[in-house]
Amino acid sequence: MEKRVTFKGIWLPLLLVLPQILITAIFFFYPAGQAIWQSLFIPDPFGLSMQWVGLGNFEYLFSDRYYRASFVTTAVFSILVTVVSMGVALYLAILADRLIKGSGTYRTLLIWPYAVAPAVAGVLWLFMFNTRVGVVTWYLGHLGYDWNHVLNEGEAMGLVVVASAWGRISYNFLFFLAGLQAIPKSVIEAAAIDGAHFWTRFRTIVWPLLSPTTFFLLVVNIIYAFFETFGVIHTITSGGPQQATTILVYKVYSDGFVGQDLGSSAAQSVVLLFIVSILTVVQFKYIERRVHY
Amino acid sequence: MKHTISVLAAAAVLGSAQSAMAQTEVEFWHAFTGRLGELVAEQVETFNSSQSDYTIVATHKGNYSETLNAGIAAFRAGEQPDILMVFEVGTATMMGAKGAIKPVYEVMGSGFDQSKYIGSVKGYYTSPDGDMLSLPFNSSTPVLWVNRDKLQEAGIDPDTDLSTWEQVGTVLDQLKEAGVDCPMTTAWQSWIHLENFSAYHDVPFATQSNGFDGTDTELAFNSAAQVAHIGAMGEWAKDGKFIYAGRRNEGGANFRAGECALFTESSAGYAGINAEAEFDFEVRPLPYWTAVASEPQNTIIGGASLWVMEGQSDEEYAGVAAFMDFLSSAEIQAKWHQDTGYLPITSEAGDLTRSQGFYEANPGTDIAVIQMTAKEPTSNSKGLRLGSFDQIRGIIDEELEAVWSGDKDAQTAMDSAVERGNALLRRFEQASR
Repeated sequence: MEKRVTFKGIWLPLLLVLPQILITAIFFFYPAGQAIWQSLFIPDPFGLSMQWVGLGNFEYLFSDRYYRASFVTTAVFSILVTVVSMGVALYLAILADRLIKGSGTYRTLLIWPYAVAPAVAGVLWLFMFNTRVGVVTWYLGHLGYDWNHVLNEGEAMGLVVVASAWGRISYNFLFFLAGLQAIPKSVIEAAAIDGAHFWTRFRTIVWPLLSPTTFFLLVVNIIYAFFETFGVIHTITSGGPQQATTILVYKVYSDGFVGQDLGSSAAQSVVLLFIVSILTVVQFKYIERRVHY
Repeated sequence: MKHTISVLAAAAVLGSAQSAMAQTEVEFWHAFTGRLGELVAEQVETFNSSQSDYTIVATHKGNYSETLNAGIAAFRAGEQPDILMVFEVGTATMMGAKGAIKPVYEVMGSGFDQSKYIGSVKGYYTSPDGDMLSLPFNSSTPVLWVNRDKLQEAGIDPDTDLSTWEQVGTVLDQLKEAGVDCPMTTAWQSWIHLENFSAYHDVPFATQSNGFDGTDTELAFNSAAQVAHIGAMGEWAKDGKFIYAGRRNEGGANFRAGECALFTESSAGYAGINAEAEFDFEVRPLPYWTAVASEPQNTIIGGASLWVMEGQSDEEYAGVAAFMDFLSSAEIQAKWHQDTGYLPITSEAGDLTRSQGFYEANPGTDIAVIQMTAKEPTSNSKGLRLGSFDQIRGIIDEELEAVWSGDKDAQTAMDSAVERGNALLRRFEQASR
């Protein structure tokens, strides 16, 4: 029994999807095509001349050990940001879900950090952890810990992860809370009557029913960590120390706009394009299978 | 009657055309905010009201890098300003952009006297033939700032000789022993401790006369002299005698707050230190190693210069020339030098400042001028002309940080910085071919 609505001709459906195709073509295919085209050249910054180098830009990139290291940095950074922001958000959402009095205030307060722009969030955290005048640094100093993210790679990574994840917790919290509230109470009560403890209920009922939300947040958070954390990294570490926090997107910026090397910058954009395509395919093909709608 | 009206109308049209032509607008993009921004606005205002042919329209375009990027983007879109301020490390990029820029000596015409500009200032911005390609605007050079009170507290004679790094080393030992938390800090580490260090000791920073003779230049700051200095600084960092605060001028906050005894920073730090420091401070010449040179060569500049962009009308270029002539006049330069702590670009302005008694009233403000001009620059001390240099500085910063944290020894770090920087120089060479 075919229940789908089908069109007889080809023109009407084409006309209906035309706006979508046009928008995709203008705002996605055209710039992406430009990036691929430019990645085959070494242009001078002013656009006065261009030299065909074929795949030379890619060869140059992959022979640079700092570029290769940037992949690992990006992976570590994205995973940490996603796990931290989703983990904390889920914990807070579970608490908020069980709250009876004052849950409105609690929720509103938790949503606030989402309104803070990444660059501003970066500056706020930087103030607290400033190596000479930061409040937290000062307390840590009293505890005998010498905080210096300017020189220490691990501390720098920790700080940008926390600053990036912080604003994201609000967003994830909202979705998790909505997801939790959509779970029918009767199912959970039935399980409770059967003697299932909180942890068993969570593992066998809540977590599977929450999986569409979790999957959605996973995709959105990884994309966030890849692209939108630029402001945080730029304000806190500028990619340092020794490139320990230079994620791929930051390198596109620094080679293109600090080094004026547009060929290398375009080649890096193309590499990013591939990574994001692969990630998306993997996510929808393999992870989504385990999601119960 | 009809005839008269048409004549009147024609006259009116001519008249309005003339008044429109009378004010040629000249666009000037700069990177200054705060006090410096106000001083630039003041200069522009003085120029605009001094004559009626041209109007300079000054626009702030963000920090140095952002201003350069704005200029490049505008050029690609055919909307470039007449004058673009570019920081000294962008010099090679601008020079490579033939067809995008119009050399200043061409804009200024045949009556342009280039000899009145101070050699070590303009040298950074001249062609191999000695012609000025851009007009130096704000130039400074590194000096040693001393907190005299801090020395006194530590039981050290505040007048003690600090002209060599050997002597500084001894004083740092004494400061540390006396329990001073921050014996020394620095701003702009690459600029002061490698670029200026090399010029000051007359050793090459890069081959091909630091890039002046061609884009096939290679970095050379991993030689014995620089490695010895960075190694000594690394030892001081390990012993807590040199405190690293950051890549830019973060250390300035610590010095101005009175925490640090010694501070290597630009001479242009004068305005801020003078305004904030609640202690007795003093400017000293940058120290040198007697083990490397018997006496110091000159230091080099930092700051920015004004580039004239290609593709404008002759009237606008005439306006640019008039404005640059105005900026180079002794009164305007002397005022700028005294207000900001930047170096004067002409010797006349320096002489005028001296005759006005400014140096006597503000001791130490002429140290930078003397340090720059005491000796005729050599091919190692004329300046640097390296492509992608903003990024190379970033690499140097990273490698220096590795030395300060004890991750790498000086030789390994400098070798690595040279190797990574050379890769960028080759890219630049290819792009500007």
